Amino acid sequence: MLPKAKLWLGLVVAALMTLSTNLQAAWELNMTRGVTQISRDTYDLHMQILWWCVAIGVVVFGVMLWSIINHRKSKGAVAAAFHESTKVEILWTVIPFIILILMAIPATRVLTEAYDSSESDLDIQVTGYQWRWEYRYLREDANEEEVAFYSILSTPRDQINNDLPKEEHYLLEVDKPLVIPVNKKVRFLVTSNDVIHAWWMPAFAVKKDAIPGFINEAWTIVEEPGIYRGQCAELCGLDHGFMPIVVHAVPQEEYDAWYAGQQQAAAATRAAANNVVTLSAALEQGEEIYNRICIACHQANGTGLPPAFPALAGSAVVNGDVEANIRLVINGVPGTAMAAYGRQLNPVELSAIITYIRNSFGNSTGDLVQPADVNTILQEAQ
Amino acid sequence: MSAAHDDHHHGPAKGLSRWLYTTNHKDIGTLYLWFSFAMFLLGGTFAMVIRAELFQPGLQLVDPNFFNQMTTMHGLVMVFGAVMPAFVGLANWLIPMMIGAPDMALPRMNNWSFWILPFAFAMLSSTLLMDAGAPNFGWTFYAPLSTTYAPETVTFFIFAVHLMGASSIMGSINIIATVLNMRAPGMTMMKMPLFVWTWLITAYLLLAVMPVLAGVVTMMLFDVHFGTSFFNAAGGGDPVLFQHVFWFFGHPEVYIMILPAFGVISAIIPTFARKRLFGYDSMVYASASIAFLSFIVWAHHMFTVGMPIAGELFFMYATMLIAVPTGVKVFNWTATMFRGSMTFETPMLFAIAFVVLFTMGGFTGLMLAITPADFQYHDTYFVVAHFHYVLVPGSVFSIMAAAYYWMPKWTGHMYDERLGKLHFWMSFIGINVLFFPQHFLGLAGMPRRVPDYALQFADFNWISSIGGFMFGASQLILLVVVIKCIKGGPKATAQVWEGAQGLEWTLESPAPYHTFTTPPDPKLIHAQ
Repeated sequence: MLPKAKLWLGLVVAALMTLSTNLQAAWELNMTRGVTQISRDTYDLHMQILWWCVAIGVVVFGVMLWSIINHRKSKGAVAAAFHESTKVEILWTVIPFIILILMAIPATRVLTEAYDSSESDLDIQVTGYQWRWEYRYLREDANEEEVAFYSILSTPRDQINNDLPKEEHYLLEVDKPLVIPVNKKVRFLVTSNDVIHAWWMPAFAVKKDAIPGFINEAWTIVEEPGIYRGQCAELCGLDHGFMPIVVHAVPQEEYDAWYAGQQQAAAATRAAANNVVTLSAALEQGEEIYNRICIACHQANGTGLPPAFPALAGSAVVNGDVEANIRLVINGVPGTAMAAYGRQLNPVELSAIITYIRNSFGNSTGDLVQPADVNTILQEAQ
Repeated sequence: MSAAHDDHHHGPAKGLSRWLYTTNHKDIGTLYLWFSFAMFLLGGTFAMVIRAELFQPGLQLVDPNFFNQMTTMHGLVMVFGAVMPAFVGLANWLIPMMIGAPDMALPRMNNWSFWILPFAFAMLSSTLLMDAGAPNFGWTFYAPLSTTYAPETVTFFIFAVHLMGASSIMGSINIIATVLNMRAPGMTMMKMPLFVWTWLITAYLLLAVMPVLAGVVTMMLFDVHFGTSFFNAAGGGDPVLFQHVFWFFGHPEVYIMILPAFGVISAIIPTFARKRLFGYDSMVYASASIAFLSFIVWAHHMFTVGMPIAGELFFMYATMLIAVPTGVKVFNWTATMFRGSMTFETPMLFAIAFVVLFTMGGFTGLMLAITPADFQYHDTYFVVAHFHYVLVPGSVFSIMAAAYYWMPKWTGHMYDERLGKLHFWMSFIGINVLFFPQHFLGLAGMPRRVPDYALQFADFNWISSIGGFMFGASQLILLVVVIKCIKGGPKATAQVWEGAQGLEWTLESPAPYHTFTTPPDPKLIHAQ
C-alpha cells in the first residue's frame, strides 16, 4: 500500500474510534456460556466445532497460500501435469466424513438432553403477541388465584427516538419480568396469539418458536440467581425489534413470596373492576398505558401509520359511540395488528385508555368511561 | 476457424427493436446481465438504507415498518433480480459457445423468459410507492405475517413471484434442451466444461422447485383473497406447513445460486494456474450429490419450530453430509492451484477470494447444522453473516470473476486491469469489514431483522456499516470498468488468457453475432 493511502486509512480508523467512545459498548465476540447445563453443553459444542473448522481452515488455506506464494509464474514456476488421483480423492472424502461423525456424536447427546422436557417442577405458558409476551403460570388447582401478566418493553420512546440518552439496558428492559425459581425445572409452553414469534433466552440456550395453533415445549434449570435478558427472534412485524424478554431467576423462598403477592394483586384487580374513577386519574393512567402499548402503531401524536395502523386523532370510532369504541378495544379488529385487548388489560386499564384516547390528540368528547361500563361489555362477551 | 463461417448479412437489427425482438443468445445474455446489474444496484441501495439505519442505536432515518420493507425488498431483489438473472445471462452467453452450438435450443422462449423479468420487478418495486407500502414480512415471507397480517400489496408480490418463477422455468427448460441436444459432435457429456455441467444440474433444480414456490404463493393468495385457511390456525390451517413448503423450494434455491458459481470458478482457476482442473470427474459427481442432498435438508432452517427429535436428527445428519461433496470441491480447487504457474489478474483474484470466503461461509454452515448450537445461532446476525458469506463473496464474487474473465470475449477489448484490481481490493476489504463482525454480533445475541439494537451491539454495527458503504461504493467502479471496456481498450486476442481452454476461446474477440453455425472441428474439443 502507498504510504499516503496508509495515512488516510489511519486517519479514518482513528476518527471512527473516537466516534465510538461515546457509546457504551462491549466488544463481545463469542456465544455466552450461560447459566444452565444445556447452555454450557451448547457452548462447548459450539467451541468444539469452531476449532475443527479452524483446524481444517488452517490446513486448506495454508496449502493455498503456500501455492500462491511459491507457484507463481513470476517466480518461474512451471505447471505440473497431474490432474487426478483416486487415492487422494478417496482420502479427502473419508477424512471429512470421519470428522463429521466425531461432531455428530456430542451434538446428538446434547440434543437428546435438551429435548427431554419431562417431569417439570413449574409450567409457564408463554404466549407471543404483536409485540409483547404473556406469561401464565399454570395452576395445580383451578380454584387458586391465577397469576398471568403481560411483559412489555419499558424503554421510553424518547430514548428510541434519540431525544433522551439511552440507558444501560436500552431495549432489553420490560415493565414486568418473568420470575422463576432457581434450581427447579421450569417448563415453557410456547404459543402465539397472532403471527409467529420466537422466545429466546441466550443464557438458558432456549429458543422456541411461538406459533399460532401450536404449543411448543422448552425447559430450563437455572443455576444462578440473576436477571437474564433476551429478545424475540422471529420477524413478527412492525415492532419485532422491540419485544424483549427479561427473566428474574430467584431463590425458591423469594419466588414463593413473589407468587403469593401476585395472587393478592390479581384478586385486588378483580375487586377494582367496579370502582368509580375520576377523569384526571383515568387520563393519567390512560396516558401511561398508551405510551407503553398503543404508541408503537398509533404513534405519540395519535396520527398512526396509515393505512395499516389508522390514526386516532379525528377518528370516527374514537369520536363516535362510546360503546362501539369499547367493543373495538375489547375485541380488536380481526386480521389486523389491532389485538383484542379485552384479554390483555383489566377493566380499570381498559376504561382509562379509552377515556384517554377520547380526550387527546384533538379528540374532545369529554367522555369518562368507568370500569363498570367496560366490565358489562366484557361479561356479555364471555 | 469459426470466424470464417460468420455471416455478416445476419448482423443485429438496429435500435430498440434489436433488444425487444432479439432471439440471439448473446443479445439476451447481455440483457440479462445488464438487468441483473441494475437490480444489484437497486438491491444494494436498499442494503445501504439498512446499514445506515443500523449505524447507531436508536431510530434515525426510517421507521420500523419501512425498515422491514427494506430488508424484504433487499432479499427479494438480490436473490431473484440480481443473482439468478446474472447466472442465466452467463448461461446464455456461454453455454452455446462452450458446447459448440449456434444458439439456445428455444430462442423465442428465451426472449420471453427475459422480457417477463422487467415487468415482474417493476410490479414488485411499484409497491414501494403505494400507500400500503412494499412487502414487509421478510424475503422468506412466513405466514401468517405474510397472509392474515400482510399489507394489501402482498398480491402484487405474489404475482411478481409467479412471473419470476415462470421466467426461471422457461430459462431452465431452454438450458436443458440446449445442453442435451445441441452439443457439437465430439462434445461428450464428460468433456463439457464444468460451467455447463453445473448449469445443467441447476436447471433441473429450478424445474423441480420453482413450481413449489408457485404453489406456496398460490396458497397464500387463496388465504388472502378467497377465505381458505392453508396457513391460518384459526381456520384449522398450519403455519408450519408454510415453512416446510417454502424451504422445500428455499434450500435447493440456495444451491441454484451457488452451483453455477462452482462452474465459473472451475473455469477460472485452471486458466490462471495454467494447469488442468484437478479431479474433473469428482467435481461433476460432487455437484450432482450436492443437488441431491439439497432436497433432503430443508428443515434445517426450521430447527426451532418444534419438530420431533427424530426429524431434528435426520435433518442435522443430512445437512452435515453436504460438507463432504463441498469439501471435495474446495480441495480440488486447491489441488489445481498447487504446483501450478499462477498469475493474478482480476478474475483470478475474485476466484481465489471466492474459494477462501465461500469456505468460511461453509464452515459457519456446518456450525449451523449442529442442531443444539443452531438453537443459539438461529435468527441472529450469525445466520446473516453465514448466508452473506456464501452469497456475496460466494455467488456475487463468482459473477464478477466471470464478468472480468469473459468480458474481453464479449466486447473485444481488454478491461482496465488497474481499475479491476482496485474494484477487487475495495470489494474484498469492504465485504469482510461488512460481514465478519456480524458473526460476533450474532453470537453475542443480536437478532436479525431488527431496526434498532441494545447498546452492547453498537461498535460492531458501525464497523459493519462502514464496510457496507465501502462495498456499496466500490461497485460503481465495476460500472466504470464495464462501460470503459465496451467503449474501447486494448484489442483482445481470440485466446485472451494464456491458459484459457475451451471452445469459446477459439472464437475471435468480440465473438461474432452468430457463432458455430457449422460445428467446430472435433479436434478442438479437449478433455477438461
